[in-house]
Amino acid sequence: MLELFTKLADFVTYDALNIDPVSHLAEAVHFFVEDTTKIFFLLTALMLIVGFLRSWISPEKVRNWLDGKSKILAYFLAVVLGAITPFCSCSSIPLFIAFLSSGIPLGVTMAFLITSPMVNEVAAILFGETIGWHFTFAYVATGMLTGMVGGMLIDLLKLEKWVEPFVFEVKAPTQDLDEPKLTIKKRLRHAWDETADILKRVWIYVLLGVGVGAGIHGFVPQEWFITHAGADNLFAVPVAVLMAVPLYSNVTGVIPVAEVLIAKGLPVGTTLAFIMSTVAISLPELVILRKVLKLKMLAFFVAYLALAFIVVGYGFNWLF
Amino acid sequence: MKKIEVFGTGCKKCIQTEEMIKNKAQEMGAEIDLSHIFDPVEIATRGIMTTPAVMVDGKLVHKGGLPNDGEIAQWLAGAD
Repeated sequence: MLELFTKLADFVTYDALNIDPVSHLAEAVHFFVEDTTKIFFLLTALMLIVGFLRSWISPEKVRNWLDGKSKILAYFLAVVLGAITPFCSCSSIPLFIAFLSSGIPLGVTMAFLITSPMVNEVAAILFGETIGWHFTFAYVATGMLTGMVGGMLIDLLKLEKWVEPFVFEVKAPTQDLDEPKLTIKKRLRHAWDETADILKRVWIYVLLGVGVGAGIHGFVPQEWFITHAGADNLFAVPVAVLMAVPLYSNVTGVIPVAEVLIAKGLPVGTTLAFIMSTVAISLPELVILRKVLKLKMLAFFVAYLALAFIVVGYGFNWLF
Repeated sequence: MKKIEVFGTGCKKCIQTEEMIKNKAQEMGAEIDLSHIFDPVEIATRGIMTTPAVMVDGKLVHKGGLPNDGEIAQWLAGAD
């Protein structure tokens, strides 16, 4: 079904714009048209489905599921649920307080909060469609493992001392409030609103990302990446991770760039490390979390993630 | 007079929710006691984990995302 987008790009590039098919420009334009149309189509269709399905999951339910589970199971559940539970970053503080207040360990709570922005279902599906499903698997597994190990470390090192003390004094109710009833119609409307919202937020990143990708695809020769950022260059992974930290961006904008980089011979591990670093370490999120976490904890958090991604980068470069 | 509380730590959607309710009340000529709770500690102690959330006379009627026009009209009319 996705060949439709290739045909559309063929038509636009060679027929409508009449660009010489063997030119760099044709390669770039073809890539741009095919990728933007494909990504917008997939994003809309998949977000509608995902938004509808996950209207059955909420942070309240997650808390109840995590409550009283054995620790190992709790870490695992926390990262799985973190990957699929929708919540806006402005809810993270009430959520953090409510989780701790009902006795969920700090590490489990943090595992949930770390994984949530890092493993993004839309990204997972787009990776599969553009780069390949093995990449999706690597991405999701890495995200979940990073979240789990991070949570375990926090509990192991007893980092409660790096949480603002007032948090432990809050007594949030452990009983759920009566929830407003959600009809199927309302769930569908939520899914629609959420999709429209995401499209409004990311369209510019998608265009920028595909634009950069198209430029590289058409104009940067393959040898460039192999020489400068190939697996033999030991510095490539840490440099990629550190470069991405200030470059907080929407993951949908990074995917088209990643697609091209891999096609041009950038090693999978380096690309993955770069992407994880871009999406997981977000300055606005850190500023919000500062209300409940001391600076030391935030520094630990960023250092841990950067280190984890560097390890992941080397690991995958070595494996593939 | 209905007591309407909007819960949100200050994100765009939370502010928008408050404004939508204010505008709808004006349009309907409904007199309401509208307040916005920004404090995350109070939000958590009231048992709310997903924002923006709306309570009418202490009962949770909405959470997560923007409410729509029809829903707001229902809360204001009390026909929930």
